[in-house]
Amino acid sequence: MSETIKVPTMAEYMAEGKKPEVLFWVGCAGSFDDRAKKITKAFVKLLHSANVDFAVLGTEESCTGDPAKRAGNEFLFQMQAVTNIEVMNAYEIKKVVTACPHCFNTLKNEYPVLGGDYDVMHHTQFLKSLLDEGRLTVEGGKFKGKRITFHDPCYLGRANNVYEAPRDLLKKLEVELIEMKRCKRNGLCCGAGGAQMFKEPEPGNKDVNIERTEDALETKPDIIAAGCPFCNTMMTDGVKNKEKEDSIDVMDVAELIANAQDL
Amino acid sequence: MQYIPNILFVIALVAGIGYFIKNIRKVIRNIRLGKDVDRSDDKAARFKNMAMIALGQSKMVRRPIAGILHIVVYIGFIIINIEVLEIIIDGIFGTHRIFSFLGPLYDFLIGSFEILAFLVFVGVILFWTRRNVIKLKRFWNPEMKGWPKNDGNLILYFEMVLMTLFLVMNAADLQLQELGSGHYISAGSYPISQFISPLFEGMSEGSLILLERGAWWLHILGILVFLNYLYFSKHLHILLAFPNTYYGDLKPKGQLDNLEAVTKEVMLMMDPNADPFAAPAEDQAEEGEPEKFGASDVMDLNWAQLLNAYTCTECGRCTSECPANQTGKKLSPRKIMMDTRDRLKEVGDNIDKNGSFVDDGKQLLNDYISTEELWACTSCNACVEACPVSISPLSIIMDMRRYLVMEESAAPTDLNNMMSNIENNGAPWPFNQMDRVNWSKE
Repeated sequence: MSETIKVPTMAEYMAEGKKPEVLFWVGCAGSFDDRAKKITKAFVKLLHSANVDFAVLGTEESCTGDPAKRAGNEFLFQMQAVTNIEVMNAYEIKKVVTACPHCFNTLKNEYPVLGGDYDVMHHTQFLKSLLDEGRLTVEGGKFKGKRITFHDPCYLGRANNVYEAPRDLLKKLEVELIEMKRCKRNGLCCGAGGAQMFKEPEPGNKDVNIERTEDALETKPDIIAAGCPFCNTMMTDGVKNKEKEDSIDVMDVAELIANAQDL
Repeated sequence: MQYIPNILFVIALVAGIGYFIKNIRKVIRNIRLGKDVDRSDDKAARFKNMAMIALGQSKMVRRPIAGILHIVVYIGFIIINIEVLEIIIDGIFGTHRIFSFLGPLYDFLIGSFEILAFLVFVGVILFWTRRNVIKLKRFWNPEMKGWPKNDGNLILYFEMVLMTLFLVMNAADLQLQELGSGHYISAGSYPISQFISPLFEGMSEGSLILLERGAWWLHILGILVFLNYLYFSKHLHILLAFPNTYYGDLKPKGQLDNLEAVTKEVMLMMDPNADPFAAPAEDQAEEGEPEKFGASDVMDLNWAQLLNAYTCTECGRCTSECPANQTGKKLSPRKIMMDTRDRLKEVGDNIDKNGSFVDDGKQLLNDYISTEELWACTSCNACVEACPVSISPLSIIMDMRRYLVMEESAAPTDLNNMMSNIENNGAPWPFNQMDRVNWSKE
């Protein structure tokens, strides 16, 4: 993909004296990670196709501080939080959507005490609301009848009790949704949370993402659906480790919807 | 002379309950060594949690076999306590089966107690089998070696013996009733002990009375010993599950608390009007030494976390759900709770001995919980979700990481790199913040 997608920034909106309907919080993975950037683009395409008036913070966005907080660095977390809140409050942000459950959890739960109170949605919740409002159509297209299993991101599921929004969207794709034996509140972590993404695992006899990939492979899926850029990386690595990358794709829910419609 | 049994009984009762209260006060004192945390909000939700999770056992039955067995033992123990009330009244006043005037209701009650006692006995045997014959993995983790393993079994033996004594007492009583002996009035129904009773046929009246009295005394003394054993074991959950579920965290599981002490400093740093060289205001100066960030010992944790530690009954559901533990890492959330309780007891004993805490050169960090365990956590909340009594091992892990990073700068190198990237570039990777929207042009 080399075409430029129109992505307005808050600064541009401000210059025109307008306010968007929603701020799209892209997050660090969505901005810099090659795999996650594809998710970001797919989500933006869906926003355009649903005529959502959105903007990003662009160069004014900075890490929410989640990995620093989970690593124990409360100072760095709060410095990040307070800086981000200052920017968002200056733009009088009311509603935020993000494709990263870690950003989602932090913005939604840990920013209010520091003065940043927004209506925060995960992108699967937001897409579900667009669907319910009739602004977005989700159709099976090329995924119709495919076996898909959904891996619950810890920070969306257990952390915030969001289990159904991504599943409702997948069902709309007319796919065969197969649950892993450990799913929803019993879902096994991919191994990336709590800042593990950024360090080598402690000594053990297996990597967590391999354990989780084995759960997914048991369902004999065509596609493993994820709702988190970090889970996506971990599961993609797991599938490669099992040498199944030719037959099994790991895709974000937003990518599935966008690709189904050839957006 | 005829009042000697009554006097002995009252002495045993007062001593048993008195010693228990003394130890419970120690538990409360130790829990109060923790820092303050506000858990006074939303009482309705808290009562609901206590009713559902502790009283209603809603999270226990998520694992149906253990859950149903546990409910049998739990209901049995609660209801059989009505019988203990009768035993206590009989013991103090020298009466026999004081509630027997209830007639058919009494028959029903005694019958129910017997059936429950039998079910408890069977349940406990199955629990024992799961631990020792089937050897369920979660009862054989490294932290379960030695005392924790014996403690678990000892509790089961206690319950087996108590239930047996109760049924033997009734069986002997039934024989005596049939003999029409003395004050052994014909009362109660004996659906279980009627099958034990034939074993005692042909015994003399004297032997039967000795057997009945012996079982009666051993039963009530056993209950008092068991009551006092709680404090020395993992078994306090039968009491503490109630306050622990009431005071459990109501926030979404993903939400970690924001350290207020840090907020003050961050706000000061961000305030363009703040004078960095200003002397602290008088009210601040009075606060004494600056607050320690995070936790390296039990006194740095809050009281709810310490209550968690005393409540843990080492069932190991947390550990069996933990992704780190399942993949062979050293971390076991159950061990985090056991270590916290063991260290807290050590600190309590230190206070008992010295009047106030005297530095013993030990702490929770390193002497009990290693950094390897702390850094293996993915903060996935599986342990918190799994706990049947609302314990959060995760919150202790996070507070200890805070100490490691903010007080000791002892994060793993990779994480230090990640954090310096966030500080310098606003992202955990070394990318320039100015490139954040480049993806739209690629």
